[in-house]
Amino acid sequence: MKRKGPAIIVNLLLIVGAVLTAFPLLWMLSVSFMPTGAASTYPPPLLPAEPTLENYRQLFANHNAGRYMLNSAIVASLGTLIALVLNTMAGYAFAKLRFKGRERIFQILLGALVIPAQVTMIPLFALVKEMGLISTYGGVIVPVMASVFGIFLIRQYALSLPDELLEAARIDGASEAKIFWSLVVPLLQPILVTLAILTFLATWNDFMWPLIVLTDQKLHTLPVALAGLSREHVQDNELMMAGAVITVVPVLVLFLALQRYYIAGILAGSVKG
Amino acid sequence: MKRSMAAWWFVGPALMVMGVFFFVPVLGALLMSLTDFDLYALSDWRNLRFIGFHNYVTLLQDPLFWKSLWNTLYFVVLGVPLSIGASLGAALLVNSKLGRFRSFFRTVYFAPVVTTLVAVAVVWRYIFHTRYGFLNYGLSSVGIDPIDWMGDPQWAMPAIVVMAVWKNFGYNMIILLAALQNIPEDLYEAARIDGASGWQVFRHITIPGIAPVLLLVSILTMTGYFQLFAEPYVMTEGGPLQSTLSVLYFMYEEGFKWWSLGRASAVAFLLFVLMFLVTAFQLRLGRQRGER
Repeated sequence: MKRKGPAIIVNLLLIVGAVLTAFPLLWMLSVSFMPTGAASTYPPPLLPAEPTLENYRQLFANHNAGRYMLNSAIVASLGTLIALVLNTMAGYAFAKLRFKGRERIFQILLGALVIPAQVTMIPLFALVKEMGLISTYGGVIVPVMASVFGIFLIRQYALSLPDELLEAARIDGASEAKIFWSLVVPLLQPILVTLAILTFLATWNDFMWPLIVLTDQKLHTLPVALAGLSREHVQDNELMMAGAVITVVPVLVLFLALQRYYIAGILAGSVKG
Repeated sequence: MKRSMAAWWFVGPALMVMGVFFFVPVLGALLMSLTDFDLYALSDWRNLRFIGFHNYVTLLQDPLFWKSLWNTLYFVVLGVPLSIGASLGAALLVNSKLGRFRSFFRTVYFAPVVTTLVAVAVVWRYIFHTRYGFLNYGLSSVGIDPIDWMGDPQWAMPAIVVMAVWKNFGYNMIILLAALQNIPEDLYEAARIDGASGWQVFRHITIPGIAPVLLLVSILTMTGYFQLFAEPYVMTEGGPLQSTLSVLYFMYEEGFKWWSLGRASAVAFLLFVLMFLVTAFQLRLGRQRGER
């Protein structure tokens, strides 16, 4: 039984790590249920003495949180939908269809991964303005509609589809569109879920581009609205925590439900380097 | 021939979208950085003037730009090793066969990664609150006087580093965990038979086994950290005394506060070049180590 000591240390460290990691999120949740001013005391209270939903009521009644939530949901869903269609079609073609310059184009795309999106932001703003898309849902989703990462993700998965299956369908006289829709898409289903959740969370959480392109407050997404609100209400900690909760909880729940797919995406993405 | 045509229908839409909204803007950034693109040019392109490298020259003479550059480097130099260290520690713990409920802990450690940066920055600003924040309360119990985290130019950036480590370590943990699990079990077995100590095993089996992945995650983390923006925007507004003004924050203010879009493009390009050079340098260093 000489292994008992290390086992206790490992488990203890695991627990300490978990407490440190979870604490900010749990405290956020707890403070969001405290009445105004209750969190501005010393020592800081861990749990609300008199739990209240007042902060959430205020957020939705006075600060338009419902609208921002709707904006976030629309932007993230729309972006995810378009990204799924465009990336899946392209990823499948790069894996399984033959066309001139295929390898070349794919190499160029991979090379473009070194360019950070921020480089494009200023010209993109000018472009989006020319197109009349400033302060529109369309303007926000422009950079997420197609991505090298998405195409890469789908391609790697699609490479494993058996060629004989596709050939057999072709010999049966199925069109390329039909093969894609009724044969390939069902087979790609797991990776589609991965791409969907990665894109949805990234779009929901995105900040800099929506901040730049959404000049009209009515169209703000939750992160943009929360950043603005937190500058105006520096002292209202309870209200701010409630705002953080409604921003974070939807994505956390989604992640917990589809965790397996999300992790698979990260691991697939890390191979690209 | 028909099939090749069909293929273009599949890749065409994505390539077109990326061409218009990514590749054209990249070229656009380069061109714009050579002009005096401003609010007047934005409303009417005829007001645009080509000014050569003027933006770059004035930027390199602007102390605020240098300040933002040093701040960003400080954040990277402090944040990347701490993040990788935390990720490696967490990965080793979660990978240890001695631990229980390991998948539960893995999920908890990963949770901050999926949270919204702006929201958790708001939460951390409160945790760092001088009087009512939990951190100073915790520190006071071990006899450390309250620190004005967000108000002291010395402490604001380290505070942001702490929050960034918390937010990001789970991501690399997952990648390192996969690498750890790829190390063959018999290597450990052989070391045990030879009577190697825990440290020797770590130093001579674990680290070499995950070295390529370690290089990869440090490059990924570094390029991510060079793009510091939302944390200072929410927590400090770049202050105090511009001690948390990052390059991207500087670019944002140049571009969308002062509407010097040409100058802001030059900032973006300089940041890109810097990131590229540092990545190339790290890759070379990694390759040399690998050959030895």
